Amino acid sequence: MNVAIVKYNAGNIRSVVNALRQLGITPNLTDEAEALTQADRIIFPGQGEAGNVMSYLRDRKLDRLICGLKQPVLGICVGQQLMCRHSEEGYTDGLGIFDTEVLKFHPSRHEDKVPHMGWNTLTDTKGDLFKDFSADEFAYFIHSYYVPVNPYTAATTTYIVPFSAALQKDNFYATQFHPEKSGDVGERILRNFLDLKL
Amino acid sequence: MALAKRIIPCLDVKNGQTVKGTNFVNLLQAGDPVGLGKAYSRQGADELVYLDITASHEGRRTFTEMVQRVAAEISIPFTVGGGIHELADVERLLDAGADKVSINSAALRNPDLIDEITRHFGSQVCVVAIDAKETEQGWICYLNGGRIPTERNLFDWAREACGRGAGEILFTSMNHDGVKNGYANTALARLADELSIPVIASGGAGCKEHFRDAFLKGKSDAALAASVFHFNEIPIPELKQWLRTEGINVRI
Repeated sequence: MNVAIVKYNAGNIRSVVNALRQLGITPNLTDEAEALTQADRIIFPGQGEAGNVMSYLRDRKLDRLICGLKQPVLGICVGQQLMCRHSEEGYTDGLGIFDTEVLKFHPSRHEDKVPHMGWNTLTDTKGDLFKDFSADEFAYFIHSYYVPVNPYTAATTTYIVPFSAALQKDNFYATQFHPEKSGDVGERILRNFLDLKL
Repeated sequence: MALAKRIIPCLDVKNGQTVKGTNFVNLLQAGDPVGLGKAYSRQGADELVYLDITASHEGRRTFTEMVQRVAAEISIPFTVGGGIHELADVERLLDAGADKVSINSAALRNPDLIDEITRHFGSQVCVVAIDAKETEQGWICYLNGGRIPTERNLFDWAREACGRGAGEILFTSMNHDGVKNGYANTALARLADELSIPVIASGGAGCKEHFRDAFLKGKSDAALAASVFHFNEIPIPELKQWLRTEGINVRI
């Protein structure tokens, strides 16, 4: 299977590459339109500052390309956030695949620290990514901005507020947590993504 | 459920081998830090910390190669520390695949290093480790693995590190470390109250109750231990099941 990872200027995507290798896949890290269009699966990883990543994508006209993809696409962390309409991080316009805002956490109690960092539970999971999931499985998160619960929410996690731990619309999938750092749970999600039948 | 409290085994590595006891995995894996880390990951460890205690240049290269293997084979977050003096060290270790770096003496000697790391790589990668001892003058920070006392007060230094952008504080009480009589819960609770970032408790774990107390009395976000895990005195699955019965939210 030909899996492409969208390359951009910020962030360490080595862990995504490593996680796929553990599943027997050697991904192609690329920002070239043709390679992305021809891939069977596309992963849009997420680390880095939202505005910087979007500028990089726009300069290479990858923003429109990603929106037009027909094969399964998986956004991770900032990747999920940039698939939304708009982010409070740097007041950045995103790809608009999911018609929702991305907001910053505003803790009201001292114990609620930002970023939300560590293992938290996935609830109300639905869709192919979470096939055979039981209630309250844990995934690893690290983020300061969140996508509110909306019609595309495919998993919910609660930290300060309930938010979208995952989204899905047609061939577009996204997770706020890092499947590549979520041990067995993450491995199952990545495998479910690779096994999708459209 | 909510954000889980984290259980973190710490592995000391010298010339590519784990140093402390390794009774519970089979002999093939005993000295191998990657095999040991994998075993901990399977047991339910939430993160791992690898500390390079090698002094030599050659050992540093071996450690970097080990970090690459850990990143390739283990899919939970891990922190590396020891021998980090400048930004280039951080870059080398993050490039090798570490999720976070822990800096200790280098940060005390040159606090700007915290600002530099967080500016280049983000706060989330920067763990500031503090070794401190309670004396008649209060809690005093130490350099070089507890060998050299400083003038710095633990709470002042932790606040400064937080203000400079540290993502977490890893506090080891030298009074409690190795004694197996519990964590420094009073000092930990004060750190938790004063800081806006997570605090990792270190030093003093001897039984399951000590972990519970670090979370409930010490208000820690995570608890780190070495020997009780290495010698399998407290198996991680058993510890986590018990903590759940005590009402503490842990990942199982």
